[in-house]
Amino acid sequence: MGFVEYLANRWEHLIELAVEHIIITVVAVGIATMIGVFLGILTYQTVRPRELTLAVTGAFLTIPSLALFGIFAAWPQLGLGLGATSVVVALTMYGLLPIVRNTIVGLREVDPAIVESAQGMGMGRIRRLLRIELPLAWPVILTGMRVSTLLLLGIAALGAYINGPGLGNDIFTGLSRIGTPVAVNMVVGGMLGVLLLAVLFDLLYVLVNRLTTSRGLR
Amino acid sequence: MTITEERTDLGTGAGQQTAPQRPAGRRPPTSYLFMPAVLGAVLLVLWWWVSGKELDTRERARLNSDYLLTATLEHLHLTVVATAIVIVIAIPLGILLTRPSLGAITRPSIAVFSIGVALPSIGILVLFAVVWDIGFWPVVVALVIYTVLPVMRNTMVGLQQVDPAVIEAARGMGMTRRGVLARIELPLAVPVMMAGIRTALVIMVGTAALGTFVGAGGLGGLIVAGIGGGRPTITLVGGVLIAVLALLVDYVAGIAEDLLRPKGL
Repeated sequence: MGFVEYLANRWEHLIELAVEHIIITVVAVGIATMIGVFLGILTYQTVRPRELTLAVTGAFLTIPSLALFGIFAAWPQLGLGLGATSVVVALTMYGLLPIVRNTIVGLREVDPAIVESAQGMGMGRIRRLLRIELPLAWPVILTGMRVSTLLLLGIAALGAYINGPGLGNDIFTGLSRIGTPVAVNMVVGGMLGVLLLAVLFDLLYVLVNRLTTSRGLR
Repeated sequence: MTITEERTDLGTGAGQQTAPQRPAGRRPPTSYLFMPAVLGAVLLVLWWWVSGKELDTRERARLNSDYLLTATLEHLHLTVVATAIVIVIAIPLGILLTRPSLGAITRPSIAVFSIGVALPSIGILVLFAVVWDIGFWPVVVALVIYTVLPVMRNTMVGLQQVDPAVIEAARGMGMTRRGVLARIELPLAVPVMMAGIRTALVIMVGTAALGTFVGAGGLGGLIVAGIGGGRPTITLVGGVLIAVLALLVDYVAGIAEDLLRPKGL
């Protein structure tokens, strides 16, 4: 069976897996963004906490995904076990560094003179942050989210090994049918699916960047 | 695309999977002791925890020093061979793609390479297994293909960020293009290139763990044996050992990075 024929037969199944893949990635990027931006805001002005945050999230990313999945699956006290919860927690940990780093970089790149002007106009700390600093840093934060999303799309495929959802399932099924003609189709289908999602997300981020960047910055 | 994004893409997307950039300058000597101490403590706790357990036959077959040492060496063998090949391929290609004659494609290829992080490593490994074979070499080739892009990308970013005024000054002093590359551009690009190689090493350690799915051995075998055979102890030991190995490799590469940084930087 050729690959085109395979796609024609299995597209419904592939779309189902792709939707699962999107959901698990978006959920993880969403949680990572909430935690990451919060940590960035808390730490960007102070040297020690900032370095500590970057070092810890950097260490998360250094831990290989199979190792982390294995630890989550095998350590009953963590209460995660096999399945989607473990995958989401691991993906969230991996997604943190690009977002935290870019939040810190973006906020630190804001011209102090602008912040001072805002202060002079009588804006309080919270309003300065929400009305001045975060909008100016937003394009940089968004770049961090983009990097995170692409990274997590790839790692999510391995999540299938611990019974996670998504396109990785076809890759592992293909592996288990090694030697049969359908194996190649399944693996290629799963991989191309992930790459297609990466390209789509990349375009989506260009669009979101256009739509959400403060008009004064464009 | 705004100017802001262009700049941030080069500046903060550069070491996508590296540890955070440290401020310029050497670290204080005491900070070098922190990571080995933590990793040593983790290994001690692991050893203490396992030795306090009653192990059954299947667990004893894996959790002994002979087996663990062999698996670790297999793991390092994959990592080192693949990294060496990546360096030999990626750095010359990265240099080639940033030469002025190819200037038109430099930026677009950096952008395309950044999508490469989304390639699932397990997919590449399994693909080589199903269309070629299982074993050491298919895994090495898959590892190389997976890691060539980030190292190339960092080489290109490193060379691109060299101040054109510096290059012009060197040309004005009568240096040839080749001389400028060897004595000005490459030394100035070393920090970013090293960050790329360090990233590559860490990715290799992690991806080599998947080698066990396609018959190349390594520490990943512990995780698979534990999950497949319902022996969480084996999985946990495998996971912790791989994580410690990755952090250790990152730590050693970080020291190399500090030592190889040109003095003037």
